[in-house]
Amino acid sequence: MIDPLRYRKVVNGVMTGATFICALAVLAILFAILGYIVAQGIAALNIDFLTKLPKPVGESGGGIAHAIVGSMLLIGIAILLGLPSGILAGLYLAEFGKNKLGRFIEFVTDILAGTPSIIVGIFAYTLIVLPMKRFSAFAGGAALALIMIPIITRTTQEIIQLVPQTLREGALALGAPQWRVTLGVVLRSAAGGVATGVMLAIARVAGETAPLLFTALGSHHWSTALDRPVASLTVTIYDYAKAPYDDWHAQAWAGALVLVMMIGMTNLAVRLFTHSRYSGTHP
Amino acid sequence: MMTKAKLAMPVNLLEKSTAEPMKRPALDSKVTIEQLNFFYGPVQVLFDISLTMPSRRVTAFIGPSGCGKSTLLRTLNRMNDIIPHARLQGRVKIDGTDIYQTGMDVVRLRQRVGMIFQKSNPFPRSIFENVAYGLRINQLVRSRRELDERVEQALQQAALWDEVKDRLKESAFGLSGGQQQRLCIARALAIRPDVILMDEPASALDPIATQKIEELIVRLKEEYTVVIVTHNMQQAARVSDHTAFFWMGRLIEFDPTEKMFTKPAHQMTEDYITGRFG
Repeated sequence: MIDPLRYRKVVNGVMTGATFICALAVLAILFAILGYIVAQGIAALNIDFLTKLPKPVGESGGGIAHAIVGSMLLIGIAILLGLPSGILAGLYLAEFGKNKLGRFIEFVTDILAGTPSIIVGIFAYTLIVLPMKRFSAFAGGAALALIMIPIITRTTQEIIQLVPQTLREGALALGAPQWRVTLGVVLRSAAGGVATGVMLAIARVAGETAPLLFTALGSHHWSTALDRPVASLTVTIYDYAKAPYDDWHAQAWAGALVLVMMIGMTNLAVRLFTHSRYSGTHP
Repeated sequence: MMTKAKLAMPVNLLEKSTAEPMKRPALDSKVTIEQLNFFYGPVQVLFDISLTMPSRRVTAFIGPSGCGKSTLLRTLNRMNDIIPHARLQGRVKIDGTDIYQTGMDVVRLRQRVGMIFQKSNPFPRSIFENVAYGLRINQLVRSRRELDERVEQALQQAALWDEVKDRLKESAFGLSGGQQQRLCIARALAIRPDVILMDEPASALDPIATQKIEELIVRLKEEYTVVIVTHNMQQAARVSDHTAFFWMGRLIEFDPTEKMFTKPAHQMTEDYITGRFG
């Protein structure tokens, strides 16, 4: 006969240990990937790499400054196009979309979220690149925006549905019109969560390559023109990694390291920025 | 004003306010409910309610859970409008004006009829901005100085000023539950309504915080008409001048509080207030 108390303590210990080991395993994989990228990328990473343009094939040195700027430009366009529509759509679904139209939009949003990014790329190619008869930063940004919108919409909706009804009533009872309640109280309460959704969306599109291949195309030159092809970190990594030159491979690793650091820093910045005095301790 | 604070203390029901109503001017009716029926979809929750609440008095709604007292309270500032499939028949008049007539501006109405909720619901803003919110959105002040004054005044009225005057810029979430509720009262007072509705304002608070809220309610009737829903019969006895007892969506009895708690007209009221059911 086993002592029940002892048995319970043993089971408890085993289960706690198991969850700890699983968490450790996940972290280990993450750190292995990060560590490998750092180990491989650090060699080619220097000031020149971050500030210079690529050298012609055969010459060593040079950098990917154009791709860093290009990525930022593309993400900027995507945010400009995707953020307002994503947040407002989420707001609509949460506050006013409890009807057939709302459910239909939810359904379509989920399909859009599940669409492979290469198909989003083809879509932007057909709709923007072909009529304009050129690859462009705008087409790339639009493709990324299409990927962002469903992520932002659904997270915004879910966060806003968590805002207590009593808060809306409190504002309405003070004579606030509906639109002020929605923007000034509800969206404000949900700001931290919405920002997290936006972050997720940015992190997701920052790593996208497929939709950029035939929209923004890629470039070896400086460009910030919206109607010209533009380089991006991901496409540059892709091009360099499949090239037959060792120094390009090293630069692809360094580019990957830069990309990971950029995403990491964006995460950190938004986290610090949105952890405001008012959203921190909300019940 | 000072003498009333004493009345808010838990006192013997029989001793309560014997001469007090006499000192005040004749009662004029502030809120009149006429033959009100209320439905949530197909379910009728209020049946033929008629009730007149006097100006500058505290009227308490009591009754068991689900008797419709909160629903009735929420008809007075049309808060039920936001509930889908809610439907109302009859009239609710404030100062003689039917608030359900076509063309009634609900936003205006809610500026005149403030509301305090069961659970305090401060906005995710600073203490100052919470109180300033109603003043800002309704454009009730013309200068920063006026805004500061009105905010301070409201916090004073809500007996919160001394506790928060040095931390107005801090988040409202840092306040205790009782302070948050008084902040919500200050927020409602800032826009200077005529009528204040309170939906179990102290039910989530400890006895000390409850006592502060009750003292406040008694003081508020100097200037405001207060309607309070409460589960707590001692609270109704302590703070109110008139009490309405509801049961299953019907108004069973409406009388001066003193009479209600000493010589109730209905057996059912007596059974409820003596704790035999409910």
